Amino acid sequence: MNAITAKNIHKSFGSLSVLEGITFEAERGSVLAILGPNGAGKTTLVRILSTLLRADSGTATIEGFDVHDQADEVRHIIGLTGQYAAVDEFLTGRENLRMIGRLYHLSKKDSWRRAEELLEQFDLVKAADRAAKTYSGGMRRRLDLAASLIASPPVVFLDEPTTGLDPRSRLAMWDIIKKLVADGSTILLTTQYLEEADQLADKIIVIDGGKVIAKGTADELKENVGKEQLEFVFTSDKDYKKARETMFEDAVKADAKRRSISIANDGGVRKLKDLLQQMEEAKINVEGLSLHKPTLDDVFLKLTGHAAEDAAQDEEEK
Amino acid sequence: MAEATAAVQGIKPEKHSKLYWAFADSRVLIWRSISHIIKNMDQLLSVAFQPIMFMLLFRYVFGGAINTGGTTYVNYLVAGILVQTAAFGSTYTAIGVATDLQRGIIDRFRSLPMLSSTVLIGHTVADLVRNTISSVIMILVALAVGFRPQANVWQWLMILGVMLAFTLALSWLSAILGLFAKSVEAVQWISFVFIFPLTFASTAFVQASSMPGALRIFAENQPVSQVIEAIRALLLDKPLGNYGWKALAWSIGIIVISVPLATILFRKRATH
Repeated sequence: MNAITAKNIHKSFGSLSVLEGITFEAERGSVLAILGPNGAGKTTLVRILSTLLRADSGTATIEGFDVHDQADEVRHIIGLTGQYAAVDEFLTGRENLRMIGRLYHLSKKDSWRRAEELLEQFDLVKAADRAAKTYSGGMRRRLDLAASLIASPPVVFLDEPTTGLDPRSRLAMWDIIKKLVADGSTILLTTQYLEEADQLADKIIVIDGGKVIAKGTADELKENVGKEQLEFVFTSDKDYKKARETMFEDAVKADAKRRSISIANDGGVRKLKDLLQQMEEAKINVEGLSLHKPTLDDVFLKLTGHAAEDAAQDEEEK
Repeated sequence: MAEATAAVQGIKPEKHSKLYWAFADSRVLIWRSISHIIKNMDQLLSVAFQPIMFMLLFRYVFGGAINTGGTTYVNYLVAGILVQTAAFGSTYTAIGVATDLQRGIIDRFRSLPMLSSTVLIGHTVADLVRNTISSVIMILVALAVGFRPQANVWQWLMILGVMLAFTLALSWLSAILGLFAKSVEAVQWISFVFIFPLTFASTAFVQASSMPGALRIFAENQPVSQVIEAIRALLLDKPLGNYGWKALAWSIGIIVISVPLATILFRKRATH
């Protein structure tokens, strides 16, 4: 069964069209990542799914409840962690959690008990009696996430949960999210970090300009750009230019500044040998060569075409 | 597969009527806003000190030059400062609402199964508490510098009633401002622009009869003056005249209009 469904969601603000027909579903107990650059419409989508905003058209359901017509039922079963940690600055961590528990309409006993469990789970016991305004960015984010989990909601929305966090806090947040999944919650996560989607998600939906431009597992998306990539770094700009124009017009990625070109390699060692031979003959000097697995970065750049544009611009400047 | 994905069930909420939850949510958010008063000592001190400074300023610096038509200046002054304090104090609702919107905690409330507009009730009730604290402190200081009220117990209770009604009215107006404002800074200057003329172009510090034509008509008839005159008459055991019911009519009128208006605006603003 699908925990989250969205059908042809449209939303615009005045003349600005933000979502132009988003359709997807998330299976119960899975992690779905909505991946896209800033301004792609990720937050708007989360706001619609979490009942904060009404779609212009289209329908969405959470565990079978319509987000508009049955908003109250939906609010009982979702947890929302926004991009900006929404905790009460003056209250302590413990008070924040207990208050949110009460506002979820849990009994006092359940609210108090869950607050203690979550403080423990999120490593906030020592800071529990300090005002949230004294917390670091990572602690605030953890408190915010803890608050959204106070009622153990079956569906959790994480809107850019690690944006603005330092690398260590980000890793800590990833661990927490992985544990949530193990507990069986359905998670919808938005992110602009491709690595994050790769690490956490079962299924990824790539959106750009308010439209879904690709969906699939991380592996499926990666296959779009070939199983492996070969990256050549050329000795001089001249070598780079020549290689780009004569041999690698369909490169996955080209970076004029680094004089590097990446291509999909599906022919194994033999193709590599052929390529090197061709370059030898054409007198193109290669300084370095590396072989790596494609990242979601590569996928995204290829899908949106931004990579090709950037490369073209780079070359025009030369 | 179905069993492997047996989802987290969620903790069951308590079962009660909608009305029960409206009260329960209000209680939680009133607790929250009152906690803010206790935890934000800087704010409470500034709320408490400002009227004391005005009190001393007018009592000792300007007071000698002001004709009050009978009573001592300090006796005249207390009603004005009480109401001015309530007016300035009510801006904390606007600041609180604007801050909650800006920080995103209203989004959090709205994603919960609660009645999220009760956040406004929290802020306005906290204003009542904050203003009561600062009014009591101010009256104690006034007594120390020569204030001699003539009111009996009933008159004091009426003063309390008039003050609470007017403070609540101003706080709900202030909530509307907080919902309109683009930022917390905007709230501060906009509320100043409204409150400054309303409290100074009134009978708070001087009699309206000393003011030039149009200003005098404004000062005599605007709501702040009605409330000040009502409280002044009660404090000094003078005839209440029309001031009592005018003060209450203004307060209740503002509350009746601003509470539903603020609630509608809250829903609109919160959903963008």
